[in-house]
Amino acid sequence: MAAEPEKTHIARELKHGQPLITCRFDPTGRFVFASSEDETIQRWDLQAAPSADPAHPKAVSFEGHNGWVYAVAITPDGQTLLSGSSDGQLAWWPAVEEVPRPLRMVSAHRGWLRSLAVRPDGKQAASCGNDAKVRLWSLDDGTCELELPGHSRPVYRVAYTPDGTSLLSADLLGLIIQWDVRSGKEARRFDAAKLHLYERGQAVDYGGVRDLALSHDGAHLAASGLINASNPLGAVSNPAVLIFDWNTGELKKLQHPKEDIKGVAWAVRFHPDGFAILASGGTGGGFLWFTRPAEDHEFFRFQLPNTVRDLDLHPDGIHIATAHHDGIVRLCAMKAKG
Amino acid sequence: MRCSYACNSPDHLLSRRQFLGNLGAGLGAAAGLGAGFAGFTAPAVSAELARNQRQVLVIWLAGGASQLETWDPKPKTDTGGPFRSIETSVPGIRISELLPKTAMQMHRLALLRSINTHEDDHGKGHYLMHTGRAQTPAAVYPHLGSVMARWLGDERNPLPGYIHITPGGGGKGSSEAAFLGPKYNPLYLGNGQAPANTADDPGLSPLGASGRQAVRMHLSDRFARRRRTAETEAYTTTYEQALKLMTRRDVFDVTKEPAADLERYGSHDFGRHCLLARRLLEAGTTFVQVTHSNYDTHNENFDFHLEQVGEFDQAFASLIDDLAARGLLQHTLVVVMSEFGRTPRINYLYGRDHWSKAWSICLAGAGIAPGNVVGKTNANGTEVVDREVGGGHLFHTYLRAVGLDPTESFEADGRVIQLADPAASAIDELLA
Repeated sequence: MAAEPEKTHIARELKHGQPLITCRFDPTGRFVFASSEDETIQRWDLQAAPSADPAHPKAVSFEGHNGWVYAVAITPDGQTLLSGSSDGQLAWWPAVEEVPRPLRMVSAHRGWLRSLAVRPDGKQAASCGNDAKVRLWSLDDGTCELELPGHSRPVYRVAYTPDGTSLLSADLLGLIIQWDVRSGKEARRFDAAKLHLYERGQAVDYGGVRDLALSHDGAHLAASGLINASNPLGAVSNPAVLIFDWNTGELKKLQHPKEDIKGVAWAVRFHPDGFAILASGGTGGGFLWFTRPAEDHEFFRFQLPNTVRDLDLHPDGIHIATAHHDGIVRLCAMKAKG
Repeated sequence: MRCSYACNSPDHLLSRRQFLGNLGAGLGAAAGLGAGFAGFTAPAVSAELARNQRQVLVIWLAGGASQLETWDPKPKTDTGGPFRSIETSVPGIRISELLPKTAMQMHRLALLRSINTHEDDHGKGHYLMHTGRAQTPAAVYPHLGSVMARWLGDERNPLPGYIHITPGGGGKGSSEAAFLGPKYNPLYLGNGQAPANTADDPGLSPLGASGRQAVRMHLSDRFARRRRTAETEAYTTTYEQALKLMTRRDVFDVTKEPAADLERYGSHDFGRHCLLARRLLEAGTTFVQVTHSNYDTHNENFDFHLEQVGEFDQAFASLIDDLAARGLLQHTLVVVMSEFGRTPRINYLYGRDHWSKAWSICLAGAGIAPGNVVGKTNANGTEVVDREVGGGHLFHTYLRAVGLDPTESFEADGRVIQLADPAASAIDELLA
């Protein structure tokens, strides 16, 4: 079934009750995971029979972190869940167990672990954190295989290329580095500094790359974040995404909403059909917006009932999960209702 | 104590900084008269002044630092946020993990965790924390720096009694001294720079400068004999202060400090400003305030506190360590404060908002019992549950710590005014 973004609607709500941070589908599409400010990860089985209380579908809780869980990633076989928390711990979990307990905990970063990615072959994971480090981990034994130096400020995102030969890491200053994961050598840099601002009056750095995505045809790299941060401490900024030509590294577009919507583009995914899906949240509300790489603004925007902090695209290409401050995972469908 | 001529009219609200800012370049040549102050500016004399004086250092965390990300962490609660607490050099006292270097200075610090100032407005909170009184239209009270400069300052000191190092381009030019008179207003060092127009004018000879100063003093004396007011006195005092300042302009130059110290304090403005504060305190300045900006983190509180508190931790811990090593801490009261704290509840922007109901400050040095925690909040930091105090109590405590009697009264504008709010009293548990 082809996605119809203009018909996007909320198909289902999964309520946890505590503010959520991030969300991910498993590769089979059966489960959706969401991490919370209460230091847990919640797992919902989307194929399970409806519970007696539709507003509170049964979720399995992953408990063992001693900090907010900022990052969640799942291996391609769907069997292992990785999670990273604000105390720098990286955890391995049995993803589908009924009573999951951590298989392994590793002190991966000094302070806040911000992002995780699993290599497409399922043998390696990458992590990054506020300690400005990027580290590569063996998924088999949990050892650190490589440390990739190059960032000087907190690193916000890591993402593998689909062929698994390269890793991208992106930081607060808008520096994106492409690494050869075999040698650990830097291959090239992308300049996303348009997403960073040093606000002199408030004496703060703000912005940075909040998410990365590569288009399925290998033509584009998207880096999401914010622009126009006239008052960072007061959340006055506009969500934005930079579209780079993957082959040349050239910045092709700076996209932002047509209207003056305040917020941050926390997450971006490319759809197999070529358009990008962004989730933005902030004082202007929560939105999904849909853009095409060659255009300046969105071709469709969908308002959500609460601010958004993350999104993921279901393997079916139709459903989108969004994590919200009100403790709800919302499943939107890009198709007609009914 | 009597202040028989000071008034509160706008005509008299001339700050020292404003005056310095208006100085013509010609004044610079008057530095040639510096020999007349030489006896007061020698380092040995400054050291002697420092030994005999009580001094005060205020670190002002502008915007309202979060007590939960600094002095009163509540990890693993619904309000605790993502950061942990860590052990300190005092067993049993834990502070935020964002303060690892400060934690190692805990044996020299005291924490007050039970402040309820009932004031969530920036301006009013600022006033309350600097004057110890609620802001009302009925009266304007002097700020802590002006009070300390007035009652602790030594007129022989060539440096102003109240120096405020600001992160931006300067200060507000406001009348913080109120009825004490403009001579006790702060000298602002915008971004830690030396006051403008205080360098020698190479175009004016020492003899020429001397002659001009003699004429100026003659005219000024004649004018003052008939029309002495707070304003005319402020002009004279400030002019003389400026001349003294010119002889000690090097005090404002932190590049004269060892490169290793600059690195230890941090390669950022706040590090440089704290090093300048050390330099000013060593030179005998009575009251130094350093403002660190900005903590008003309604949005992404944790990222911004990571950044700001990281800067604070490095510079503050180095400064406390140095003040102790150099024998300055025992006679220098140190206070780290804001206009209020931040909400325990974390908002939808990962932010914390204004919160005056239950927050904390840090103290050290002269008159303070170190390694000490006074007051307590509940499990998730939403209420004070032990030893609730307000801004008036803090002001009393600062005065007591430096040996002043906060209940002493003086007269201004025909009114008898107690030094600190009569409705409050000192927090004895904080005092040595």
